[in-house]
Amino acid sequence: MNWDNTNWLRVKNCEKVNLNDIQALDIDDLRCEIISMCNVKGLRPVGFFGKDWGMGQVKLFVILGDDNKNNSDGEFYVTSSLFKAGIKSYECITNEVPSFYNFEREFFEEFKIKPLNHPWLKPLRQNQKDYPFFKMEGEDIHEVAVGPIHAGIIEPGHFRFMCNGENVYHLEIALGYQHKGVEKLMVKAPSNQLIESVAGDSVIAYSLAYSNLMESMKGISVSNKAQLIRLLALEMERAAIHIGDLGAISGDIAYLMGASVFGATRTLVINTMLEFSGSRFGRGLITLGGVNFDIDEAKAQRALNTLDKVEIDVSRMVKTMLKNSTVMSRLEKTGTISKERAQESGLVGMAARASGVNLDTRFDYPNKWIKELGLKKCNFEGTGDVNSRFRLRYEEIIQSISTIRKIFEKLKSFKNEPVNSGYEVLNKENSKDAFIISATEGWRGEIIHIALSDNKGNLTRYKIKDPSFNNWYGLALAVRNNGVSDFPLCNKSFNLSYSGFDL
Amino acid sequence: MMVLLNILIVLILPFLMIGIIRKTKAFWGGRYGASIFQPLYDFIKLIKKDYVISDTTSFLFKIAPLISFTTVLIAAVFVPLITGNAIINIQSGLIIFAYLLALNKFFSLLGAMDTGSSFEGMGASREACFTTIVEPAFFMIIASAMALSGNFTFDALSKIGENSGSYGALIIIFATLALFLMVLIEGCRVPVDDPATHLELTMIHEVMILDNSGPDLALITWASGIKMLLITSLIAKIIIPVGSPFYALYYLLTIFVVSVIIGTIESSMARIRMSHIFEFIFIMTSFALVVMSLTVARVFGG
Repeated sequence: MNWDNTNWLRVKNCEKVNLNDIQALDIDDLRCEIISMCNVKGLRPVGFFGKDWGMGQVKLFVILGDDNKNNSDGEFYVTSSLFKAGIKSYECITNEVPSFYNFEREFFEEFKIKPLNHPWLKPLRQNQKDYPFFKMEGEDIHEVAVGPIHAGIIEPGHFRFMCNGENVYHLEIALGYQHKGVEKLMVKAPSNQLIESVAGDSVIAYSLAYSNLMESMKGISVSNKAQLIRLLALEMERAAIHIGDLGAISGDIAYLMGASVFGATRTLVINTMLEFSGSRFGRGLITLGGVNFDIDEAKAQRALNTLDKVEIDVSRMVKTMLKNSTVMSRLEKTGTISKERAQESGLVGMAARASGVNLDTRFDYPNKWIKELGLKKCNFEGTGDVNSRFRLRYEEIIQSISTIRKIFEKLKSFKNEPVNSGYEVLNKENSKDAFIISATEGWRGEIIHIALSDNKGNLTRYKIKDPSFNNWYGLALAVRNNGVSDFPLCNKSFNLSYSGFDL
Repeated sequence: MMVLLNILIVLILPFLMIGIIRKTKAFWGGRYGASIFQPLYDFIKLIKKDYVISDTTSFLFKIAPLISFTTVLIAAVFVPLITGNAIINIQSGLIIFAYLLALNKFFSLLGAMDTGSSFEGMGASREACFTTIVEPAFFMIIASAMALSGNFTFDALSKIGENSGSYGALIIIFATLALFLMVLIEGCRVPVDDPATHLELTMIHEVMILDNSGPDLALITWASGIKMLLITSLIAKIIIPVGSPFYALYYLLTIFVVSVIIGTIESSMARIRMSHIFEFIFIMTSFALVVMSLTVARVFGG
């Protein structure tokens, strides 16, 4: 790999760099660079967003992820390009690198700078009126429209199926019903409380991504103990949501026993979280500079006992289900995404791993604890169907529980450390002209937060990328040539966030 | 007296059956579950409510639930319930029964399609499709019963055993199994349909009644309960010995056992994939074929 390429700035996870060190390329050069970096060197898009640069100008920042390929820590490649006032178009990248599809739609929607020859330029979040749905014509084709209001208590989103009888030819997903301007709010009033509510099922992951970023920007140090408690909470969240989703998958195939057992065990896990932080989803646990609550010996022991029980119950139920022929007949070969498709469309996180694309920011961009605790990426050979996602979730639950045990063990050696460094005055000197990327592996996949600040140390742009941003398109691919009645099952196996996408 | 008893059975037992199924599911799921009278309470609640009727529907939508309910109620008149004798015991009662059920299905399909919703059209097409395969199997069984007994009333069912000699046990077992599968299919139970789901795209029966509300919905749930009860009553008629002094007791026991078995099946297996439901219904057909071939062997083979 050409490491001397000065067009790109190499940044580590949560490393603060000076905004002015980022090169500004000509957009045509940038496009060529991106295409060669992605298609030749195998990098993938992590960020592609604009920032208002004053006087009608827009600066486009591009961040590519170089995942840990040679046993060294992964790095982000950052560069930018300035669109002068009046320049309203550029040659699109999606045709060469398909995973830029949503990124370019988003950039277009926000700044009205048009990617020319984009294969499918549609609004990304402002879909509510006159959305140009893909049409198929023919005697046998019928459209089924679902949502935005659904029968269950779930978030709003519109799904349009093109079916031939029971067979789905194409699914189009139109989101944006919950767009609430989180990124703008984050610039005005950044806080843990706000970021925790972006996606209610990834409270810890979001809060952690935000805290890591802000602490790096402001130079706040976090005690070892607090770092471990944060990691522990992250794994608790992963285990809890995965167990809940196993239950939801069981419920969708009308396998009552699974739904009951997983429902009950999930409650045990989130109630443990309740004991730690006063909230079942861990709201209010993480704060800048550490965590708000300590976990004492007694609580730790209770948590460990609970987790032992959870592990036994979940393992037994999963094994029963994998032996049940009616269950397997529903899970196997339903909603398959091949490895090639997953890579091409840029899937991330759990869904990508189930297809055999081994992306996991915990290990690709590791912090010091991953090595100290001796954690290993879980080697999962999946075929990308619902069954793979089901089994992968189980593997991750078991892995998370064993990680939690290791963390509790480690915590004993930091008994007397404070859980919060108690920062008070924000030192704005530290955060001048900063550019930071923070990546956290939530249960769904990589959560990317990017922050820019001005020369006074104030935030000027806060960019959030939820894994759902990449993976919704994967769901659309997964249901092709499946029965329309299998859609809810595919959907549950991904369980993507509407709110995290709509922002 | 007998008429009153039958009416009481039709009034209460369908709800109790559903209540027992739910209670069984709750038991296997480790829950206490609602009272077995809960479906009855729900029915009373719905009856008291008002209608919400979509603007896109025509008069068909309004009369469909009423007609389909009435047809099932009329069908109940021909079926021997707790006393072992039907209120009206006439020739060809079995055939009238089968076609009244078909008429019920026809009107519920019409009502569903009248809403113009893509969901309900989808549900209607599924329901129509599966019913078409169930019907031949049902006729194979009643034709066999009639051939064996030379009787064209419902009493034919109870005479299967005594007239079929050494094949008796086999015929009874397979006819019972086939009718049990019919309860699952017509009653929209797991593994064919999932009555508990909220996912429109996977529903069969439930999606057809999405637009119905209030008393209409009450009548529809009642009708589908009665349908399950009637088919279960056929099973009771087959397996309970003729002239048994404890017919009523055995009858209630049959209903109870069938409900518990349904509840247990619903707790222990996943629902089949939509495209495999045909194969499941063909199991019923193959049982019916066994019944028919044994009958043919008995009647013509000696």
